Amino acid sequence: MKSAVIVFPGINRERDMARALKLVSGREPAMLWHADTELPAGTDLVVIPGGFSYGDYLRCGAIAARAPIMDAVRAFAQNGGLVLAVCNGFQIACESGLLPGVLMRNTQLRFICRDVYLRVERSDTPFTRGYNAGQVIRVPVAHGEGNYVADGPTIARLEGEGRVLFRYSSPDGIINPNWNHNGAMNGIAGIINDHGNVVGMMPHPENHVEAVMGRTDGRGLFAGLVDHFKQAA
Amino acid sequence: MGMKARVTVTLKSGILDPQGKAIEGALGSLGVSGVVSVRQGKVFDIEIEGADRAGAEAALKSAAEKLLANTVIENYRIELTG
Repeated sequence: MKSAVIVFPGINRERDMARALKLVSGREPAMLWHADTELPAGTDLVVIPGGFSYGDYLRCGAIAARAPIMDAVRAFAQNGGLVLAVCNGFQIACESGLLPGVLMRNTQLRFICRDVYLRVERSDTPFTRGYNAGQVIRVPVAHGEGNYVADGPTIARLEGEGRVLFRYSSPDGIINPNWNHNGAMNGIAGIINDHGNVVGMMPHPENHVEAVMGRTDGRGLFAGLVDHFKQAA
Repeated sequence: MGMKARVTVTLKSGILDPQGKAIEGALGSLGVSGVVSVRQGKVFDIEIEGADRAGAEAALKSAAEKLLANTVIENYRIELTG
């Protein structure tokens, strides 16, 4: 799996992401700068990592979404290329029009940095095939603006088409407001676009991929992607 | 010769504004009475060269649509002030 990680000024999770990609795929990702205008030939997966691009000025992800490299990322996605957008990456993907909706300030106004439980809603996508539908995984979050909001018709469409991939849940997979730390609509932690090739999620699977991190729950996402490309080859 | 403009960006009605709610609570605890609700927005003061008002309005609309506002959740208002 040939991956590329996009780096914007103020991004700070790109090395965690690169480490996870190298660990699971055995291949160093290409690191691309915001001012680059094209992706390396043969790129399978583009990852937009977490951080605080452009200091979160204006709106989280707003300025990164208009950076030169994003034209190449949009074209890649339009051609069916797989894009994984995590945390600030999710915010950037929403701002750039790759995904619907927006990430608003957490309802209780605090920056939250801790592990959360996610229920994996589907296992039939390249991003979630490493899990079983209904499986609960534990991964960290670190965000102040992770509260997913979209208008009624958009939420109805996401739910109706099964495009919510991850939902904040209890350790037993129960969805209720007590386990929804940021107030996201319907407990939405991660979604997929209508063509099934762009995923955005607030939690950080890349931070739970090896024993030294305490847990390996995030590894299934990367392992699933690697399997997807192996099978395609 | 130039013009001044102000673009005001506000949250659409129905979008929850946690910051506005916090400010609302703080005003209550300060004893400011009669405040029913607070919604927080943004103001951009922009200077534009030349005197072509129609051109300036088009540029400001483009700025608001492309960057200043996220029209999923926000409305904007453009005023050319001088």
